[in-house]
Parts: sequence; structure tokens; C-alpha cells
Amino acid sequence: MKIGFYPGCSLTGSSREYSESVKALAEAVGFELLEVPDWNCCGATAAHNLNHELSLALPARILAAAEAAGMEEVVVPCAACYSRLFVTRHDLLENEDLKKKVSEIIGTEYKGTARIINIIEMIERIPEEKWQTAIKAPFAHKVACYYGCLLVRPHKILNFDRPEEPQTMDAIMKKIGANPIDWAFKVECCGAGFSVSRTPTVARLSGNILTDAIERGAEAIIVACPMCHSNLDMRRSAIEKFNKKKYNIPVIYITQAVGLAMGLDRKKLGLQRHKVPVNIPVETAASGTQTRAS
Amino acid sequence: MSSNTHGCECQTLNHRIEEQTCVSVAECYQCGKCSAGCPLAEEMDYPPSQVLRMLQIGTPDLEDKVLRSMSIWLCLTCETCIARCPQEVDFPKVMDYLRGEALKRGIANPKARDIIAFHRAFLDSIRTTGRLYEVGLIVDYKARTRHLFQDILLAPWMFLAGKLHIFPEMIKGKKQMSRIFSGTLKKKKEEPR
Repeated sequence: MKIGFYPGCSLTGSSREYSESVKALAEAVGFELLEVPDWNCCGATAAHNLNHELSLALPARILAAAEAAGMEEVVVPCAACYSRLFVTRHDLLENEDLKKKVSEIIGTEYKGTARIINIIEMIERIPEEKWQTAIKAPFAHKVACYYGCLLVRPHKILNFDRPEEPQTMDAIMKKIGANPIDWAFKVECCGAGFSVSRTPTVARLSGNILTDAIERGAEAIIVACPMCHSNLDMRRSAIEKFNKKKYNIPVIYITQAVGLAMGLDRKKLGLQRHKVPVNIPVETAASGTQTRAS
Repeated sequence: MSSNTHGCECQTLNHRIEEQTCVSVAECYQCGKCSAGCPLAEEMDYPPSQVLRMLQIGTPDLEDKVLRSMSIWLCLTCETCIARCPQEVDFPKVMDYLRGEALKRGIANPKARDIIAFHRAFLDSIRTTGRLYEVGLIVDYKARTRHLFQDILLAPWMFLAGKLHIFPEMIKGKKQMSRIFSGTLKKKKEEPR
């Protein structure tokens, strides 16, 4: 199966391991990812904070490039890019005048043929028979599935999962043998775009998320967004400093967790690039013994 | 989506919000769910429902207070408020509009300096290269804010973890990018300078 692929900026830099694990997983299950030609940044929070038209034009150029390449479906692993691309497509298809105006700005006629899917939807496309044969080392751990904001909201537009108690990530984690916990911070914000400009706010919000996951017995937090990951993992020392407390819980991308269960190489999944070591035991298929992933 | 009413003083702010975003602040009946669920409400000078109330009353001094508030810059656009609003008032859209308006009038809250500097450094980075160049972004942000020592320990780690590009990635469609920026950021104050 061929799927268009929009990595977005984070996945080429600070969240390189997310890209590596997405590609490794796609390869393992027989999906061919085709990168959107000459893609640009979606504009992220900065664009819609400062200028509405710019916040539509930047994603529109990406969407137009994907449809010009004949892509019908584009997977966007970054939840923030996913939201920007999905909402832009929705807004432009709903308003013919706006679509014309934005087409003029980007200098290409935008039609709206390429659909946008998130990483969970890509994983959900893995055929049932593949799951049965591919799971080599069940990920038998208590995990906190953290959806964050933009994977599920604005829910009226994305129409993907429930906005308050989403289940899609939990279902995938159950499939690989994990035990997803009930917890209160599934869809609470981590502080997202304030990572640099207002770090203490991020430390407070992300600290609440870590605390609840740990108190309810989670051994790992599972994420599907590079911003959530960098705030919970890379900003760990800022969180610890703010809360005057040490937190050891690792934060793992869902693609890495599924990849581990499928017995993929840890380096290929980029697990060595995390700030907080992924020191949870993974059962190996051959011996049935446990080794430590790092 | 006409923009010819921008800056027209004969209309109240809430009229312009409705015209530009199709969101009617009058729909809000002040249940307070937005303020209860907002992750940043406790850091805001006016919580979300209060901003909506000030817009509903719409006197010039209240509009001015809203546009000069820190609240509009603290909104993370997490969309929790709209997810829980019984009246489905798209408040994040209103916040986007208010930020743009505060910048246009040059009355953005001085305490939002770092937040705005980050957004501008971000846009400047993608304007020239098409994709975000994280090293350039941080250097530019530091130059704008003088926070020279912030994250000084994180950068070497990121580099060793293979998470930082030394050089920016340039896209081919640079002309198209500059066309997009010049076609949207018309007003001087909005420019990422």
C-alpha cells in the first residue's frame, strides 16, 4: 500500500526518532511512504497566532503539492501539522471564496483531492493477519496513552476520536499486549508551543501529566506528537527543577512501542535518542527472557 | 472574508469578530466551562469566559483591555474550550483574531514580548528556507529577547543525539514561499522583524 507522507519540520530535527520509527514500522508492515515533494513548514502555532491568511496559505501549498503528485491520502505523524493540514483543508473546502483567494496566494489552484490522516489511522490500516504474525515480543506493560490536544481537537472538524476519553491509541496498545491505564490527563495540554518562550508554564503543565501517569502506575507514557514528546522528554530537567522532584518514566512514540513489539531494531526505532532512557524490559521472542531496551 | 472593515472605528470589536471569523460572542451564556478547563486560565489576567463577557459588553475601554491583555497571548490553542462549550463558541478562533488585531494596533501586552518574539523568529526562519531551521530559530530568538543563556545545556545534548541540523534545509519552492509571505503579511507591524 502506498501512502503520501508529510514529515514536517520536527521530524527532520528534534524529533528525528519519530520519523525513524514511522519509517521502520511502515517498512515492516509493507506500507510504502512517499514523501510530499518539496514540502514546506505548515506554519505551526506561529502562523495562526500572527496572521490568519498565512496560516492557511502555508498548509495549502503542502496540500496542493501532495495532490499534484497524485496522492489521495497523506499521513501526517506530527499531531500539530496534522491539525493544521486537516483544518485548512476543511476550511478551504467549506468556503469557495477563501479557496480561490488562497489558491491565488500560493499561485496554484487548490482542489482538495488529497485527504489527511494521522499516525493512529495509519497503524489502524495494518491488516489483522499482519498483526497476528508480526507481534514477536508483546509489550506487556502498564502504559498511559497520552493523546494531547491536536490529535483529537477540534473534534467537530477532525471527527477522529472522542474529545474527552479517546480510545484509539489504547486499542492499538492492547493489540501489542500492553495494559493501558485509566487516567485523567489523556487530553490535557502539555504547554506545546511555549517550550522555549515560557518554559515554566510547560514545566507546570507537563509535570501534572507525568505525576498523574506515575501515580496511577504507568511504566511508560505513549505519545503520537513530537511537541508532546519534546515537552515530556527533552524538557524533563526543567519539569524536575520546577516541581523539585525526579521523574523516571520514559516517553515513547506509539510507532516505537509497536515497532518494539514487532521485534524491530531499537536503533532503527531511534530509542537511543531520548533524553529519558527507555529502561523498560522487553520480552524477546526467541528466549522468552527479558532484556532491557535502551 | 473581506478585510475592508479592518480598522474601521464605527463598528464594535465583536461585530468585526463576527464578520471576520463567523463566531458570535453573543452566543456565550457565561457557564464558565471554558475557564474551568483552560490549562492557562490561572496565569491569565482575564480567564476565557471573562474575555467573552468583556467583548459582549463591548464598551471601548473593555475592548481596549481585552486587546492589551496577556490572556490573548497565553491561549495555547489547545481547543479544550471549544470541545466543552455547550454553545460551541469557537473561542480559539476569536483569540487568533484578537492577537492579529492587537498587533495591527500596536498594543500587544509588553509581557508577551518573548512569546511574540518566538513566533516571529519562527516565521522568519521558514520564510527564508521553507522549513524550520531549529538552530537559526533559537539564535534569532535569543538575539530578539537577550535570553542568551537559556537552554545552553540542552543544545549540546541535542546535537549529540543527532537532533540538530548544522545547516538549514532549503526547499526548492523559495519563490513560492516569498510570494506566500508577501501576499499575506502586508502590514508592517505584522512582519516578522
